[in-house]
Amino acid sequence: MVTLADKLRTQQELERLQAKYIGTGHPDTTSWEWKTNIHRDTYASIVGHPPLLSYMALAENEPAAKVRARLIRKMLQPMGPPPPREGEEPMLVDRKADS
Amino acid sequence: MFLYSLTIQPPTAVTQALLGQFSGTKEQQILTASGSRLTLLQPDPRQGKVNTLLSHDIFGIVRAIASFRLAGSHKDYIILATDSGRITIIEYLPKTNKFQRIHLETFGKSGVRRVIPGQYLAADPKGRACLISSLEKNKLVYVLNRNSQAELTISSPLEAHKPGVLVLSLVALDVGYANPVFAALELDYTDADQDPTGQAREEVETQLVYYELDLGLNHVVRKWSDTVDRTSSLLFQVPGGNDGPSGVLVCGEENVTYRHSNQEAFRVPIPRRSGATEDPQRKRVIVSGVMHKLKGSAGAFFFLLQTDDGDLFKVTIDMIEDSDGNPTGEVKRLKIKYFDTIPVATSLCILKSGFLFAASEFGNHHFYQFEKLGDDDEELEFSSDDFPTDPTASYNPVYFHPRPLENLVLVESIDSMNPQVDCKVANLTGEDAPQIYSVCGSGARSTFRMLKHGLEVSEIVASELPGTPSAVWTTKLTKYDQYDAYIVLSFTNGTLVLSIGETVEEVSDSGFLTTAPTLAVQQMGEDGLIQVHPKGIRHIVQGRVNEWPAPQHRSIVAATANENQVVIALSSGEIVYFEMDSDGSLAEYDEKKEMSGTVTSLSVGQVPEGLKRSSFLAVGCDDCTVRILSLEPDSTLEMKSIQALTAAPSALSIMSMEDSFGGSTLYLHIGLHSGVYLRTVLDEVTGELTDTRQKFLGPKPTKLFQVSVQDQPCVLALSSRPWLGYTDPITKGFMMTPLSYTELEYGWNFSSEQCLEGMVGIHANYLRSVFPHSLGVHFASNDDKRESYAFGIFSIEKLGDNMIQKSIPLTYTPKRLIKHPEQPYFYTIESDNNTLPPELRAKLLEQQTNGDATILPPEDFGYPRAKGRWASCISIIDPISEEPRVLQRIDLDNNEAAVSAAIVPFASQEGESFLVVGTGKDMVLNPRQFTEGYIHVYRFHEDGRDLEFIHKTRVEEPPMALIPFQGRLLAGVGKTLRIYDLGLKQLLRKAQADVTPTLIVSLQSQGNRIIVGDLQQGITYVVYKAEGNRLIPFVDDTLNRWTSCTTMVDYDSVAGGDKFGNIYIVRCPERVSQETDEPGSEIHLMHARNYLHGTPNRLSLQVHFYTQDLPTSICKTSLVVGGQDVLLWSGLQGTVGVFIPFVSREDVDFFQNLENHMRAEDPPLAGRDHLIYRGYYTPVKGVIDGDLCERFSLLPNDKKQMIAGELDRSVREIERKISDIRTRSAF
Repeated sequence: MVTLADKLRTQQELERLQAKYIGTGHPDTTSWEWKTNIHRDTYASIVGHPPLLSYMALAENEPAAKVRARLIRKMLQPMGPPPPREGEEPMLVDRKADS
Repeated sequence: MFLYSLTIQPPTAVTQALLGQFSGTKEQQILTASGSRLTLLQPDPRQGKVNTLLSHDIFGIVRAIASFRLAGSHKDYIILATDSGRITIIEYLPKTNKFQRIHLETFGKSGVRRVIPGQYLAADPKGRACLISSLEKNKLVYVLNRNSQAELTISSPLEAHKPGVLVLSLVALDVGYANPVFAALELDYTDADQDPTGQAREEVETQLVYYELDLGLNHVVRKWSDTVDRTSSLLFQVPGGNDGPSGVLVCGEENVTYRHSNQEAFRVPIPRRSGATEDPQRKRVIVSGVMHKLKGSAGAFFFLLQTDDGDLFKVTIDMIEDSDGNPTGEVKRLKIKYFDTIPVATSLCILKSGFLFAASEFGNHHFYQFEKLGDDDEELEFSSDDFPTDPTASYNPVYFHPRPLENLVLVESIDSMNPQVDCKVANLTGEDAPQIYSVCGSGARSTFRMLKHGLEVSEIVASELPGTPSAVWTTKLTKYDQYDAYIVLSFTNGTLVLSIGETVEEVSDSGFLTTAPTLAVQQMGEDGLIQVHPKGIRHIVQGRVNEWPAPQHRSIVAATANENQVVIALSSGEIVYFEMDSDGSLAEYDEKKEMSGTVTSLSVGQVPEGLKRSSFLAVGCDDCTVRILSLEPDSTLEMKSIQALTAAPSALSIMSMEDSFGGSTLYLHIGLHSGVYLRTVLDEVTGELTDTRQKFLGPKPTKLFQVSVQDQPCVLALSSRPWLGYTDPITKGFMMTPLSYTELEYGWNFSSEQCLEGMVGIHANYLRSVFPHSLGVHFASNDDKRESYAFGIFSIEKLGDNMIQKSIPLTYTPKRLIKHPEQPYFYTIESDNNTLPPELRAKLLEQQTNGDATILPPEDFGYPRAKGRWASCISIIDPISEEPRVLQRIDLDNNEAAVSAAIVPFASQEGESFLVVGTGKDMVLNPRQFTEGYIHVYRFHEDGRDLEFIHKTRVEEPPMALIPFQGRLLAGVGKTLRIYDLGLKQLLRKAQADVTPTLIVSLQSQGNRIIVGDLQQGITYVVYKAEGNRLIPFVDDTLNRWTSCTTMVDYDSVAGGDKFGNIYIVRCPERVSQETDEPGSEIHLMHARNYLHGTPNRLSLQVHFYTQDLPTSICKTSLVVGGQDVLLWSGLQGTVGVFIPFVSREDVDFFQNLENHMRAEDPPLAGRDHLIYRGYYTPVKGVIDGDLCERFSLLPNDKKQMIAGELDRSVREIERKISDIRTRSAF
C-alpha cells in the first residue's frame, strides 16, 4: 500500500539526487537535456583521463593544455541552445535558411 | 583462459611534476605523476643528472598532485587527487624509501566523473588548507593543521559548490597569513541552458572568482569575482605577503593579464614569432609555466611562461616604490620578454640549485641548467604601459625572433617513449632475444626507437692482446691497497703480468711464474700474493717466493682462494686445503679429501667480515653434482650437503647478496655446462642448499665471477652473452640482465683510480682497430701482429634501468610502423596536422627577400603551422647498420596525409612485394571531413632500401586499414571492406562488402577469415568465400569497443585494445567457426537472420583488463630464448606490457590467492579499490595483475610471513614463483 507520504518521500529523495548528481533523469527529461548531459560527461571524461587527452592532442598536433581548454569550453553548450519551451515557440522559421 | 599481466616498461608521460623537500632535508626532489605511478626523482646538481629514487604504482589514475608544508616544518607533504573519490595525504620516508599514507578522506564516488572533485587541486602556500575541485560544480576545502602531538590533521570538508559552473583553472593565492584564498577561472552555463535563442550562450563571460576560507568562522565564501578576457584558460599564482603584490596572472589568447581584487589590471600581449614561414596573424596561448622566487629582496620573482610553440617568456612585475625605494606591494607594470625555446612541457620546475626540469608533453624530458636569467640581453621587453587593459580594445601585435638557447643549457635528456604510436617485435641483430622496435614522439621530435633488454655498459679501455688468453685476474698487492695493481693474463703456455698505473706495462719482477698458465691469483694475508698454476702454488711475500709443488704425476685442475684460504683440486680427484697461518705462511691441512669424479670447479667464497675463514667450500664434479664441504676446524672437509644437477657444473661461486628481507643471504651460484645458471640459498649454519632458481643464459658453458657494482656484490655470468645478476635497487628483487657488450671469455673485478668499480674481460673476434687513449692507458707490449683477442675494461653505471634505448630521429609524427617481410628495414608513415608542408615552406622562403631567411632547426622550434595543411612523408629506416638512420624520405604533396600502410605480395606479380600506403586529402579531424582518399603503390628496389612510386588509386574515403590478403590487397575504406588487385595504371577492385557500422580501423587475417576492427563497434569476423567472391560478416561483439589495435591470438580468438585503456580477448563460438569454413556454407551464411541489428552470431568475452594507458599496438610474440608466446602491448604513454598465459591450473589458483591477499594486505596507496580499478569499464576477467603480485617483495616481513602462512608455502617459495613467471617469458 503506497501512501501519499511515501510518494512524497520518493519524490523528495529523487529531487535530492537530482541536485546532488547532475544529469539524474526524471520523467520529463527532454532529448536535448539528455544529449547535452551525455556530451558534457564525455568531454569531462576526456579531460579527466590523461591518455585520452594526449591522444587527441597528438592527433590534432596541439598542446594538451589547449585541447583541454577547448573541450571545457565546448561543455558550455555542446548541443546548441535548448529547444523553446511550450507556448514560447517563435513563429515557424526556416531553420535551414538560417544555418 | 588466464593471463598474467606485467609491465615491462612503465609509462613515461608525466601528467604533472612537482618540486619539494620531501625528505625533510634541504635537498629538493621532483615528484612526477605518470599514469598510475608516482615517481620521486633526485636531481644531482654536481653531475647534472636526475636519478630515480622511488617509483610507486598506486593502482589508480593520478589526476593532480600538490605539496604543502606546515608552518615551522621542513618537510613537504604530498596531496593526491585520484580517481578513488578520496583525498590522500602521503609523506615520503627517506629511511625506508617508501611513501606512507597519513590521511585518506572519502568525499564522493570513485572514477573520473564530471562532478566528483579531483580534476583540480591547490594547496595554500602556507600549508593551512587545500581545495579540491571537480570540472563542474563541486569544490571542497580541507583545513590542514597539526595537533598537540605535532601530527598532521585534516578537517571535514567545507563545501563551496555552485551548480552550473565549469572550472578552467584553479590556483591558491599567496596571501601571507591572511585567510587562505583560492582563485578559479569559471564559466557559468545556467543562463545559457535556459535561453532557447542562444543569445545567453554568446554572452557567457569567463569569470575570475576568489574563494576565501574564513579560518575563524570555518566556512568558505565566494569573496570576489570579475570578468576577465573570454579566452582565458590558465592562472598562475603571484607571490604575496611580504614577497609581492599577491593576485594572479590570467593567461588567455595572446595576452597575460595581472588581476587582483584590490589592484588595477595590467595586460601584456604574448609576442608572436616573426619569420618567413610564420603566419603573422596567429595568436599564441600560454600552455604551461612556473613562478620562481629569488632569494633576498622582496619582489624578486619572475615567471617563465611557455606558449604552444614552446617559446618561454620571462614575465616580471614592477611594483611602485615608496620613498625608501622599497616595493610597496602595489603593481606598477607587467613586463614580458622572450627567454628561450624548449619543447612544450606539462610542468616546469625551477630548482634552487639553478636547474630547470621540463617534463615534456611529448618526447624526452629535459633537464636544463640556467646560464643566466636573461636580465641584460638585447631581447625586446614589452611593458603593460603600452597596452590597453580592456580585452576588447585593439592594439598592435608584437613580434620577436626565436633563437637557439641562450639562457639555458641542456644537461640531460631523460628518455621517454611517450607518445608511443606503434611497436613491432623482431630479431634483426641475430642475438638470442628479439628486440622491440617502436615509433614515438610528435612533430619534429619524433623518433624510431630500438629497445633491448640489457644493462648499458660504458667501455673505458679496449685493447688488443697478443696470443689467446684464457683468463684474466686483477689483484691488489697488499691488504691495505685501495686499487688493483696487477692485471694477470693466463695463456695456454704462459702468464703475462701487467701493472696498472699511468700506463699499463708488463711487469717482469712480479715473482709470478710466467712460463705456465695460471689457475688462480689472490692477494693473501697482509702483503702476500698467491698464484696457482697446474704444477703448484706459488706464494710470494715481499719478493720471496715459496713454492708448494703438486704431488708427482698429478696436476692441479681447479683452484679457489680468498684472503685466508686456498683450495685446490688435483687431477686425481683429491682436494687439498690450505689456510693462512698467523705468521703469514700457508699451512696445508693434513688430510686430502677424495671426490668420486673429476672436479670441474671450486668455490670458497669471501671471508665473512669479522671471521677468520669462510666455513664452506663448494665442489662441482663431472658426475653432475655439487657438494658442500665444511671448512670449520672441527669438521674440516666433511660433507655437509649435496645437490644433483642437470649437467656438469662449469663454475661455482659462493657469495652473499642483498635480499628482499632487508638483510643479506648467502647464495651458491652455479653455472652449468649446458648454459644454465642456478642460484641456491646456502644455509649459513647447516650448509643445506634450498630454494633453487634457474635461468637459461645461452648455449655455452656458464662462467661466474664476483664483481662489485654500485657498492653491491653482483655476479657476472658469462655464456654466449655476458649477464649480470644483481639486486634491484628499488624492488630488492634479484635480477639477471644481459650486458650490452660483446661475448666475454673471462671476466674479473677491476678497480683503479680512474675507474672505481669496473670489470675487466677478455673477448674474442676483436674487430675494432682503434682503442681510446683517453685515460692515458697505453700498452707497452709491442706486438704489432693483429691477433683476434682483446681485453676490455668496462663499468656499469645504472642498475635500475634494464632496457637499453637507441633512437633515430624522424620527420613528422609517426602513424604506423611496418617491417619488410624479409629484409631488416622498417617503413614508417608520418604526418602532422596544421603544419606547413615542405614545398610551401620553400616557396615562402623564396618570396622572402629581406634577408630574414634563417631556418631554425625544427627539432627545437617545431615546424611552421598553417591551418588545414598537412605535412606527411614515408621513411625507410635501417636500424641495424653501424649508423642507424633514415635511408630515404618520400614527401607527400597535394595536401595528402598518410593514414595507413602495408606491404603486400601481389600474386599477379609473381609474389613481388609492394609497399601500399593509404592517404587522405584535405582531412579535418573533428568532425571527420576530407575531400578524397588515395592508395599509393610503391615498388621496392635494392632489397627495400629504395622506393619507386608506381601509381595511385582514388578511393572515396581515406583507407584507415590495409593488409595483404591471399596475394591481393585488403582495404578498409570507410565502412567498406574491399579486395584490390594490382593493375597497370591503378588498383583493380575485386570484391567488396559493407561490414561494419562506423569506420574500419584495423584488419587482420588468417586463411579465409578476416578480423575487422571498427572505430566504435568493436570486432567483426568476416569470411571470404572465394567461390562466390563474397565477403560475409558472421560474428560480432556485444559491446561497443572503440578499437585501437587488434591481433589474432589463434584462429578463433582476437586480442584487442580500446581507446579507454582496456585490453580484451574475444572468441568466436566453435560451432559458428566450423560452420563458416565448411565448403558450400555461403548461401546459408548469406541468408542467416541478423540478430539484434548485428551479425547472426556473437563473440564471447574471454579476457578483460584495464591497463590505464591507451594501447596503441598489440602482438603475439616471444621475448626470451625458449620462452613461450606472450601478448606484448604498447601504450600511448610509453608503457610496454605483456600478458603471459598460465600453463597450469595450479599456478592460476596460487596467483589468484596471492592477488587476493595482496589486495587486502597492500591496498593501493590512494585508496582506490584494486579490483574495481582493473575493472574500470568492464569487470576484470581472466587476468591476474602481476604488478600487484610483484609488490609482495616490498611488504614488511611479518606480512610476508602471514600471507605465506595463509597460502601454505614459504616466503622464498612465493618469491621464487613470482620471479619465475617473469623471467620465464619476459625480462
